[in-house]
Amino acid sequence: MAEIELRGIEKRYGETPILKGVSLKIKDGEFLTLVGPSGCGKSTLLRIISGLEDQDAGEVSVGGRPVDGARPKDRDVAMVFQSYALYPHLTVFDNIALPLRTRQLSFVQRLPLIGPLVPGRAGIERSIRVEVEQAAVMLDVAQLLHRKPGELSGGQRQRVALGRAMVRRPTVFLMDEPLSNLDARLRVQMRTEITSLHRRLGVTFVYVTHDQSEAMTMANRVAVMMAGELLQVGPPEELYRDPQDLRVAEMIGSPKINIVTRAHWTDNRSVLSAALAPQTRRLAFRPEAAVLTTPADELPNGTVTTLENLGSDIFVHVALRDGPETVVVRTAPDERRFSLGCTVGLKINAARLMQFDEAGRRCGDIERVAA
Amino acid sequence: MSLTASIQNPIRSVVRRRHRTREAAIGWLAVSPASILLICLLFGPAAAVILFSFTDWQLGAATFRFIGTENFAALWADPPFWKALINTCLYVAIVVPGTVGLGLAAALLIEASPGLRGFYRAVHFLPVMSTMSAMAVVWGTMLHPSIGLVNRVLAAFGVAGINWLRDERTALLALALIGIWQGFGFAMVLFVSGLKAVPQQLYDAAAVDGADGLVDRLRIVTLPMLGPVTMFVIILSASRAFEVFDSVRVLTQGGPNYASEVLLNRLYSESFDYLRTGYGAALTVVYLAIVIALTLAQARFIERRVHYS
Repeated sequence: MAEIELRGIEKRYGETPILKGVSLKIKDGEFLTLVGPSGCGKSTLLRIISGLEDQDAGEVSVGGRPVDGARPKDRDVAMVFQSYALYPHLTVFDNIALPLRTRQLSFVQRLPLIGPLVPGRAGIERSIRVEVEQAAVMLDVAQLLHRKPGELSGGQRQRVALGRAMVRRPTVFLMDEPLSNLDARLRVQMRTEITSLHRRLGVTFVYVTHDQSEAMTMANRVAVMMAGELLQVGPPEELYRDPQDLRVAEMIGSPKINIVTRAHWTDNRSVLSAALAPQTRRLAFRPEAAVLTTPADELPNGTVTTLENLGSDIFVHVALRDGPETVVVRTAPDERRFSLGCTVGLKINAARLMQFDEAGRRCGDIERVAA
Repeated sequence: MSLTASIQNPIRSVVRRRHRTREAAIGWLAVSPASILLICLLFGPAAAVILFSFTDWQLGAATFRFIGTENFAALWADPPFWKALINTCLYVAIVVPGTVGLGLAAALLIEASPGLRGFYRAVHFLPVMSTMSAMAVVWGTMLHPSIGLVNRVLAAFGVAGINWLRDERTALLALALIGIWQGFGFAMVLFVSGLKAVPQQLYDAAAVDGADGLVDRLRIVTLPMLGPVTMFVIILSASRAFEVFDSVRVLTQGGPNYASEVLLNRLYSESFDYLRTGYGAALTVVYLAIVIALTLAQARFIERRVHYS
């Protein structure tokens, strides 16, 4: 069993704090994604879990066992790196076999020239060969075992790196932006492969990415990090529907959530305005949480500036009349078309309007106020 | 449109052809200084040496005659030549591993400790920058049988020193150690730059894979990643070791009893001490052949460096 527990992890580089007291529980067998902009500390947190770096304060335990100060190899974790970090002088087979060899062979057995002469090695090598070949078949690299990493494509290298990580059956998989060196098409394909690998292995995955769509599509739970702090942890749909912080709302979802400053919200007659909490400074709603109306009898209203036709949806960009903001509203292609320059009104689903206070924290939901 | 094109085309191709010949002329003009210098300073003398190696010419003599391969036959039958060739190979066989090993060890130690890196690098590089003949004098004093530092230190420990440079058993070894001392700083600098190019993620991967001991890290990451640099250092120090001369000339003159005789010193003695220019030229031809073979090997190996990508 390998749940991971982080308690109050702190890390600083010189004077710069990187992690400011991160606490997180990752359940056994869970696929958790750490998502955040670059420099937010997500990779550092992963390296602390792996043992490649030591925290300045706080505790890490893996499988209920404290691992603070333990070396990476003693933590039963495997890691996949952004650059794949394959050994360029070794064949694919030897790359995948290395974690098994370092663990199963003794120091003397591993030595070149002398090693093969030591009794017992041949048997271990045979079982290693079986395991490496199993992993290679599972990842569809069996025909590449004799090649060197330099002769492989990016996607193949990524598979070999996965193979090297999974071959010794670790209870925790750590992945540090493993797909960001791949082209877009391959990235989408590898996403599904990694999630199906997770299902087959059934072990804990911790996956670091700056790409919110990877986080949303792959994970059971997503932890959003920013500036060394966890802003919110929850299932993807919860982060999307119910962000507790404006920065989370902004990070999750494509196209981005619409944010309007309260001062620019001149909807004096509508129920919405009356129901806003006093401390609310900004309002936010998803592109699908509003419908457009003409004539623009519903306030607020604005002018259509751009139409983005994706085939399945048309995103209409509306420049608000009373503020600098432009909001994006999703419409179905079979709905009536809006033309550029026409004035439209915004009818927002009150249940899906989110309010945020001065500090960007969620406040006063409509239902709660109404209730 | 097509009409104008067909009219313009011949004109254009004439212009292009004229343009091309002009470009070629400029090209030849551009390489001529280097080519002339190469011919005058390298190919010319090399051809002259090969020519002289088939004559009995002596330096300053008014006449000479062609004697065919007589000089080479004399070489073949000359024990000091074989002694010099074997000694040179022995010298290379000691100096190359010594330089590579010591250079690598120094580079690893310097890169492992954060403090005073620049200082250590500079100190180890100093011998490379110094003039060998001057340093040889210093070494000569250090190895002096009675007043030399080495024997005095040995005496302090109760060990009777020997006359390092006048003893048949130690003369070549002493010269080889001086050669290592002079050359390993350069190897170190090359290894340091090679070490800086090893990606940190490989060390991380090795640590997660369980290869976090010193020997495993060296075996799995550092040494393989230094492979191309090591090959370069080996070739470079081998070609430098083959041309050992200054220290031999200053310290032992090839003695005692040819115990430290090397090819270049043999060549110098025959050509300029005994003025047997034709014979010296034959020696030079042999030396040239060895150096050219080394250079070709170097080019081959450096081409092969691309296999890490």
